[in-house]
Amino acid sequence: MTDIPIIRTVNVKKIYRMGTHEVHALRGITLDIKAGEYVSIMGPSGSGKSTFFNMVGVLDMPSEGEVFMRGHPVSKLSPSQLAWVRCHNIGYIFQSFNLIPTMTALQNVSIARIFAGSSPAQARDEAAKVLDQVGLGNRIHHVPGQLSGGQQQRVAIARALVNQPAIILADEPTGNLDLRTGEEIINLLSKMKSTMGITIITATHDMKMLSASDTVVRIKDGAVESVQSRDEIQISVGTIDGKTLA
Amino acid sequence: MDKAPQQMDEIPNQREVAWPIAFSVAWGSLRRRFMRAMITMAGVILAIAFLTYMLITDNVNQALLGLRSDAVNILLQKAGVDILAAGATDQMMLMLIGLSLITCLVGIINAMLMAVTERIKEIGTLKCLGALDSFIVKTYFIEASLQGIIGTAMGMAIGFLIAILIALSYYHQYVFPNLPMGRIVGSLSISLTVGSLISIAAAILPAYWAAQKAPVDAMRVEE
Ligand SMILES: Nc1ncnc2c1ncn2[C@@H]1O[C@H](COP(=O)(O)OP(=O)(O)OP(=O)(O)O)[C@@H](O)[C@H]1O
Ligand SMILES: [Mg+2]
Repeated sequence: MTDIPIIRTVNVKKIYRMGTHEVHALRGITLDIKAGEYVSIMGPSGSGKSTFFNMVGVLDMPSEGEVFMRGHPVSKLSPSQLAWVRCHNIGYIFQSFNLIPTMTALQNVSIARIFAGSSPAQARDEAAKVLDQVGLGNRIHHVPGQLSGGQQQRVAIARALVNQPAIILADEPTGNLDLRTGEEIINLLSKMKSTMGITIITATHDMKMLSASDTVVRIKDGAVESVQSRDEIQISVGTIDGKTLA
Repeated sequence: MDKAPQQMDEIPNQREVAWPIAFSVAWGSLRRRFMRAMITMAGVILAIAFLTYMLITDNVNQALLGLRSDAVNILLQKAGVDILAAGATDQMMLMLIGLSLITCLVGIINAMLMAVTERIKEIGTLKCLGALDSFIVKTYFIEASLQGIIGTAMGMAIGFLIAILIALSYYHQYVFPNLPMGRIVGSLSISLTVGSLISIAAAILPAYWAAQKAPVDAMRVEE
């Protein structure tokens, strides 16, 4: 393992222009994310978490600054290379699951594998294996409409994992799930980190999600407010728990 | 070559996905949205049925006129066929056919653009999974063309059947012995060509529009 961060953002700014009105969603974020880390991005609604995710997930380009993906400046990549990075390096998990409603669980996962170059038959086998790993082995022929929220999110996790990405980006993955299901999903992500060494980056409002994190980055008004490591979190979570219980 | 791999490995280009896979994705999407597809196809079915009906009816009438039989001519007159103007093209009818075809073209484009708008998030998601623009173009192009071509086939069958049934109701036993098979095949080929061309023309714009959708659109949270 080298010390080169898997993702580095340097003074990333994002300005949304709506007519003459400008929204400064990100005001210069400089951050290193190490390979194999579990990073939680916290911040109030509208603080820029999703915008930041779009940048590190190479889904959108910063207005200013640069994102480095495994050392490569993202702004220098061609559309085809960007598609390759999205396909092979990053697995995305969304708050609203984003499964393709017309595809079965198996098809939803295997399509990602097909984009990575597998033949359809091979893709099906590999997808079935990963679906089994996330505990959905017996429902692979159901379409999303026939699955519960937690089950849909498991399909989404299988889809994110099937190309063995180095990074998983999860923007509020538990936002649409109840407490217990949410915890199961977090445990699953945390297992991915420890067994496969995948870098996990999640955004959340939820304090409970912090227990799995190695690093917590707090964002406010589009700027980093604090970066805390695991030990520091334990202390602050204690006080927060104290507050909520009181 | 022996530099730090994390920094120096080249990022390759994403591979193209083959047409058959795009086809199966498009087909699956159509199959699961069967009712919606039927409604989109209704416009094509009606326009092509109308065109086919007009062409086949004209073929039959011409063939019967060619018999120069008084008994048949009386039936033709009863059916409202202008015996004296036989062979002259009916401007009004041509205009109606043209209008119905334009309506059908606009109908498919409209329905597909709506499908694209509805599926912005789906397209964004596919791009997050590594879909290239060309894959999105392929699937939406296939989806729109399939609807057009299936609609064309159904419209041809319906138009043909109605033309024959109406001819039978007017000319009874004279119809089948005098069916001009060659011309009918010609008319059906015209319908097929016109229908397919219109469907494919209507598919191009929505397909490119779909591919323009950005991967960030996958992040959109709708209530
Ligand atoms: N496409 C856009 N156009 C204009 N403004 C935008 C756009 N996307 C986000 N914004 C604005 O940027 C700011 C940051 O939004 P963002 O979605 O990143 O917040 P967030 O931290 O993810 O919030 P939440 O917790 O509610 O998901 C907000 O003020 C938002 O209104
Ligand atoms: Mg958000």
